[in-house]
Amino acid sequence: MERLSLNDSPANAQQRNSQQFSQQTPLGPGGQNQPTSGPPQLPPQMFTTAAQLLDLTDKKLVLVLRDGRKLIGVLRSWDQFANLFFQDTVERIYAGNLYADVPRGVFLVRGENVLLLGEVDLDREDEIPTTITKAPFEEVFALKKKEDNQRKTGDKKRYKELSALGFEPEHSGEILF
Amino acid sequence: MLFFSFFKTLTNQTVTIELKNDIRVRGILKSVDQYLNIKLDDVEVLDLAQYPHLSSVKNMFIRGSVVRYVMLPRSEVDVGLLEDATRRGK
Repeated sequence: MERLSLNDSPANAQQRNSQQFSQQTPLGPGGQNQPTSGPPQLPPQMFTTAAQLLDLTDKKLVLVLRDGRKLIGVLRSWDQFANLFFQDTVERIYAGNLYADVPRGVFLVRGENVLLLGEVDLDREDEIPTTITKAPFEEVFALKKKEDNQRKTGDKKRYKELSALGFEPEHSGEILF
Repeated sequence: MLFFSFFKTLTNQTVTIELKNDIRVRGILKSVDQYLNIKLDDVEVLDLAQYPHLSSVKNMFIRGSVVRYVMLPRSEVDVGLLEDATRRGK
């Protein structure tokens, strides 16, 4: 692919409508969006949230939320804030070397809670690392609760020591696992 | 918009991203948008044993707001050009 230049023509910089993008604009170099001078550029429509999420629509994804939850489901819809709509969602809980799946159904997730979205490689999705094994939900859930509590006490202690030294703990006031 | 443009010049380079929850992923930078959300291909999670849920992930969309660092290939960064662009104030 082409190298891009740092100097973007601001007139072309934004293209909101993803439908327009997919129907009318030929992807790749050579469109009328090319600047007249400087190195060739990819069309700016390639660099929108919409273009990024369009590829992931209707795919099986792992969604990791800011509170540490891992949801596996099919992305059906989204908007420019990465608010997401998921169908056939399963929550996978991990604790120690155990995991459990909990069927959850439909999810509408507000964008700010999204950490990352990973596309599941369908050829490899059953290759769960040998170090972890499936267990009944109740067992995993109890173990997870224990781990969470342990971490919470550990964090509290660390925060206390840090703030005594005049440090503001990282991402305080924000849950992030 | 400088860093948006800057990241656009780095597409198709291998970068390592560290998230605010300490996960580190290496992959090919495919796309970036105005919020600095990042799309990575051929993802490799460093320290995968800790993050079993990412074991079968091939490409990734990372929300810009959770990125702590992006580690770039030194040879691909034109520091002079960046400095100039910063001084120009655009």
